[in-house]
Amino acid sequence: MSGAAQVTKRAKYKISVKDPGTTGALRMNDQKLMFMPDNRNSGAKLVVEFKSIQGHKYTKEGSNKPPLINLANAQGGSYIFEFDSYSDLHVCRDFVSKVLEKSKETPNAALEKSAVKLPDEQLSEEEMQLRIKLLQENSELQKLHRQFVGGNILTEAEFWAARKKLLDRDPSKKSKQRVGFKSAMISDIRPATDGRTNKVTFSLTPEIILQIFAEKPAVHRAFLNFVPNKMTEMEFWTKYCRAEYLSRTKNYHAVVAEAAEDEELAVFLKEDDILANEVRKKIRRVDPTLDMEADEGDDYTHLPDHGIFRDGTKESNELQSEHYRRTLLQDLNRHAAVVLEGRTIDVEREDSTRALAEALARSKRGNEGADNNANEERLDRTPRVAEIEDLQAPHCLPLAPLSIKDAREYFDSQQANTLKASRDSQASMKCSLSRQEAYGSVRDAISEIKDMGLSDPIVNPEVALKVYSGLTHNISSIKYHLGKNPRETVLDRLPSATKEKLLYHWMSIQELLKHFWSSYPITTPYLYSKVNRLKDALSNIYPQLEVYFWPEFTAFA
Amino acid sequence: MASAPSKLYSDDVSLVVVLLDTNPFFWSSSSLSFSQFLTHVLAFFNAILTLNQLNQVVVIATGYNSCDYVYDSSSTGNQSVGNGRMPSLCATLLQNLEEFMNKDEQLGKQEPEGRIACSLLSGSLSMALCYIQRVFRSGLLHPQPRILCLQGSPDGPEQYVAIMNAIFSAQRSMVPIDSCYLGAQNSAFLQQASYITGGVHHKPQQLDGLFQYLLTIFGTDLHSRNFLQLPKPVGVDFRASCFCHKNTIDMGYICSVCLSIYCKHLKKCSTCGSVFGQAQTQSDEPSATNRKRKTTDA
Repeated sequence: MSGAAQVTKRAKYKISVKDPGTTGALRMNDQKLMFMPDNRNSGAKLVVEFKSIQGHKYTKEGSNKPPLINLANAQGGSYIFEFDSYSDLHVCRDFVSKVLEKSKETPNAALEKSAVKLPDEQLSEEEMQLRIKLLQENSELQKLHRQFVGGNILTEAEFWAARKKLLDRDPSKKSKQRVGFKSAMISDIRPATDGRTNKVTFSLTPEIILQIFAEKPAVHRAFLNFVPNKMTEMEFWTKYCRAEYLSRTKNYHAVVAEAAEDEELAVFLKEDDILANEVRKKIRRVDPTLDMEADEGDDYTHLPDHGIFRDGTKESNELQSEHYRRTLLQDLNRHAAVVLEGRTIDVEREDSTRALAEALARSKRGNEGADNNANEERLDRTPRVAEIEDLQAPHCLPLAPLSIKDAREYFDSQQANTLKASRDSQASMKCSLSRQEAYGSVRDAISEIKDMGLSDPIVNPEVALKVYSGLTHNISSIKYHLGKNPRETVLDRLPSATKEKLLYHWMSIQELLKHFWSSYPITTPYLYSKVNRLKDALSNIYPQLEVYFWPEFTAFA
Repeated sequence: MASAPSKLYSDDVSLVVVLLDTNPFFWSSSSLSFSQFLTHVLAFFNAILTLNQLNQVVVIATGYNSCDYVYDSSSTGNQSVGNGRMPSLCATLLQNLEEFMNKDEQLGKQEPEGRIACSLLSGSLSMALCYIQRVFRSGLLHPQPRILCLQGSPDGPEQYVAIMNAIFSAQRSMVPIDSCYLGAQNSAFLQQASYITGGVHHKPQQLDGLFQYLLTIFGTDLHSRNFLQLPKPVGVDFRASCFCHKNTIDMGYICSVCLSIYCKHLKKCSTCGSVFGQAQTQSDEPSATNRKRKTTDA
């Protein structure tokens, strides 16, 4: 290998092959290449890092072309240099290829050397990248990796075999959190009014359109049906906005008149029948076995008007326009329900409103199937749970009832056994007195007190002091050893450096034991050698622990 | 009228049920004489009663053949008997104790065979718990009960089941069992009792300072224990005794139906009659599992 740290040659820098080029000097070293034109003022000075150079091409010696080298950079541009002779070209080419090879290596070598492909394992580029990323993110994992794979205790394959779950993850498939619907009702669109020309302008963005479709399924259905068969999108939205405007004016007669004229407009104005169906289904789905207890707070019957304050004077009977009346409360509730359901499609992905509508329809259809099953389950459960216990037949379970044999025989009759058994048990003080003597001595003691009264002092002061100090010493030493807080562990009272070392050793022992036990039963010589390696590693940990912790251990003894 | 009594019932009113060990065979061979013991204990009772006007002391004697109530500080029939040399508490108690000992002697027929006999701790524990239950049902205002066990006799393994039942019911009613063991060995039952119910167990090193131990450790009421440091045992002896021989064992077999403990493998459980399955035949697996088949038992 040419050991030149840098190369300097005369060359011409060309923008393209046809370009005559500016003459100057080309200097290359490990990091970058520099081109200095002869004419300082020409402005073709060039400094390029080798990191950004992806590849190089060069003209062959035998051809009639001039000696050129073409260095391609990451952005797709290229730097073309023409040399005086082919030998110069060769020198530069060798140098460039050497530098490029080395620079390809460095990101891998920057990590632990053990992240090297094993000959018996074919890893793809992206798997390597994933492993390197995982190691970079998790410092604990990196420490373990360095200790075991670097120390030749475990091979790379074995290390990652225990962590398949981490590697399986395909980051591009990870589902990202989607931004939800706004809680403000943007579907309640307000037009911009232009006082001069008496025009009213509504502006609809895809976001607003999505919300309209989600909240008003009748409009959604109308869109899918009408566009593009009956009318264009523009017309559809014009009609919709007209309907909105009309309903906002609260002029019900106008609303009814318009609805009678224009059939499609009527769709927007009348009550949403899809919603009504859904609500009916929901009512049927309510679980009748739900236990709802009423308490005093629910007693509204004793309040006037059942606790609701109403002023009946303003009510008007507009029966015929019932269809076209929409209340704010209904809109708000519907909006809240949609926001809580969450967003199932991304607005940006859909190009046209039509595609948006279809995607929404598809996602809605997916949810219906699950509902039916839940419904059936509920119907099944209702009769079971609502049964009245008193009226049921007694449960005949297939179990045998527990029958404890005569308890007295168990508790009492064991006396003989114990006397026999405990005769040779613990050597306690043997009672040498007979029964009578024993009872007699106790009775004497009682009469003694009766005559003498309680002794004075009851306790000798020195003895009391000794007892007292013994107790306090005992209590304080136990507190020292076991800690005041029963949940405090021994670990928490060690200095933090010691604690970390202990935890690190624990972690490595866990890892080694995991691999150790997974290699049993030993069926191949490979497993045998692996087990031996692990055994050696495990036995090496003991002296390490002793070195660190012996002083602390003796303190606790 | 509801306010006045409740003002008197502050947090530290306690009812102490004391289980006094009166096993004559133990006391005749103990380094602490029974009269000295009684001195300490009587002074201690006085001290408890002076701590709070509403404190109550109930004494149950744990004899060799029987157990009985010996003293109740709340009963109004405490006449001053005998000479005026001691407070009526002591006089009444001693009188009752003497009568109890006489009765106990009459009940017993056998001679103990060369070892210290055990007293009937399970009986007195049960009586104490019954008394406490009655106090619980007497109304909303009652002192906080606890049980104090002054025991010197060794554990009777034949009482294991009964004592464990009593301990669990005390745990359920949240009554702590304190225990002061005066004998030579360690008492596993008392350690377990105090551990499970949340009481204090202590084995005094110096028996002639017993009064000091009693005052310092066992005189504290339950409310104050939240902010006092009392001696904690370093370890508890949790060994059970087997149901067949009443030996203390630490590894054994358990019936999966009634949870009785046996020291060796049986074909049939002697408590509930369930039949067990075939055991493993190798002898190097001593703890074979109890597979059992459920059969209906006549």
